[in-house]
Amino acid sequence: MAATGNLTRGGGARSGIATEPWWVRAILITLAVVVLGVLLVLPLVTIFVEAFREGWAAYKEQIIAPETWSAIKLTLITALIAVPLNLVFGIAAAWAVTKFNFWGKSILVTLIDLPFSVSPVAAGLALVILFNLQNGYLAPVLKWLDLKVIFSLPGMVLATVFITFPFVARELIPLMQSQGTEEEEAAHVLGANGWQMFWRVTLPNIKWGVLYGVILCNARAMGEFGAVYAVSSNFEGQKTLPLYIERVYYASWVSLVPVFAVASLLGVLALITLVVKTWLEWKTQREMAEGSKAVH
Amino acid sequence: MSSLAVQRRVIPGFSLSLGFAVTYLSLVVLVPLAALVIKGAGLGWGEFARTMGQQQVQSAFYTSLLSAFLAALINVPVGLLIAWVLVRYRFVGRRVMDAIIDLPFALPTAVAGISLAFLYGPNGWIGKIFTESGWSYPWLVWAGFEKSAWPLELRWFNQIGLAPLGVTVALTFVSLPFVVRTLQPVLEDLGAEHEEAAASLGANRIQTIWRVVLPEIWPALITGFALAFARGIGEYGSVLFITGNQPETQIVPHVIFQRLERFEIAESTVVATILMVVSFVLLLGINLLQRRVAQRGQR
Repeated sequence: MAATGNLTRGGGARSGIATEPWWVRAILITLAVVVLGVLLVLPLVTIFVEAFREGWAAYKEQIIAPETWSAIKLTLITALIAVPLNLVFGIAAAWAVTKFNFWGKSILVTLIDLPFSVSPVAAGLALVILFNLQNGYLAPVLKWLDLKVIFSLPGMVLATVFITFPFVARELIPLMQSQGTEEEEAAHVLGANGWQMFWRVTLPNIKWGVLYGVILCNARAMGEFGAVYAVSSNFEGQKTLPLYIERVYYASWVSLVPVFAVASLLGVLALITLVVKTWLEWKTQREMAEGSKAVH
Repeated sequence: MSSLAVQRRVIPGFSLSLGFAVTYLSLVVLVPLAALVIKGAGLGWGEFARTMGQQQVQSAFYTSLLSAFLAALINVPVGLLIAWVLVRYRFVGRRVMDAIIDLPFALPTAVAGISLAFLYGPNGWIGKIFTESGWSYPWLVWAGFEKSAWPLELRWFNQIGLAPLGVTVALTFVSLPFVVRTLQPVLEDLGAEHEEAAASLGANRIQTIWRVVLPEIWPALITGFALAFARGIGEYGSVLFITGNQPETQIVPHVIFQRLERFEIAESTVVATILMVVSFVLLLGINLLQRRVAQRGQR
């Protein structure tokens, strides 16, 4: 997924013989809409319908409950730590990979994608193997520092950082690759030092890519379930929103409104993410189009 | 003069950025994964055999692999249809459709999970259609849904070796974007020239698609399938709520989690290692396929 999005601006209009007759197109479009509607939209709509099934009052009651708020706070804290960390990494990695040539560059890029190919629960397991206080590999260090990782906030943050690790880097690397090094070299010729070069030349060029990566990273960070669940399942204390949803779900013997009410918060987050993402893609496309116009 | 040396000297920040990136990568990703691998390697074949010999573990692998396979298989034609329509036609709401494709990517897995479990369960809009029309014959295998941790009576269905439908449907939801997003760039790059040439040589539309377009896109179809499959076997949150805790419909990630919760780290590691090996082989296959196709394209 790139910040330029997946649709070309002009759309796929094709000449008569290279496309299907109009009625075939109509059928296919309708079919695609129906399939998407049932497969993707229906689950999304279900969340909101079931959340409000007992009316606004019941919904509000769940939203302002203290446990909900504590879950919201924990989710926000986790994201507020994980996203900036991965943002800094993403920029650093993209800078190293796209502005220089060095041995191991493709290895590094492949390694960055590792968290994507690991099941979230397996990632949680890996953290438990490392940090559990009974026979974890790092247990002596933890005991010496009097630090608790598993079943505690640091573990949840680490799990989230692991899972959302690639997002910003994956956005920035192709983007900065396509932008090349000329502008930075020109800045150097004009006397800029490293930080000036970065802030005044590179950053403005990549700002939409950065925003795009941050949005995706954030959505995943706030929504991560498997890995965080694995490192804190027996922890009766605070839960992030997704974990809280799981707990409320299994406790809901009477009505499902509480579960879906909390879920709707994350549903709204997903919708905002999609909207912002689409807007950024549109903006990037427009800028690229204007850029190429300006050159000519 | 080597451009390597020139670049490093001209643009600053190489050691800083690379140093930080590698350190961070090692700490966050490599060390935990190494711990998992080391643990797995230290377990010995006996432990592996014992764990994999358990009925529950085997049935979980069966469920996960078959459901992910079926879900990815369904998503190939569905994804092709959607990618085709998005890339080649213009219609109102095209952008909206394109944005919605990423919904499974943006929606938290737990939220998707409870929503799917409800929707296809006995009380949900889709589930109601089936239960009320009396379609719950044993061979339809609603085991995935009926056995979900739902506060209603559980009916037992005879599993005649079919994949739980619930898991398959949930994985279809989850892995659809992978197929579509893999196909879109390939379809976009296909110029109209080949098809126009074929048409001018007398091929009808179906022949053109079959003989001109399909050969161009089948690598992307396979890649999309494999990505969807790989994602499907590791997916947890979206599927957890549909399968509940019934041993017959468990998925591999849940087995990993259960063992972990009971602090049976060794068994958990065994299952996780096997899962990782399967994913790794899949992704390797994708990589090789992509390289072969790239080489062919350069001929």
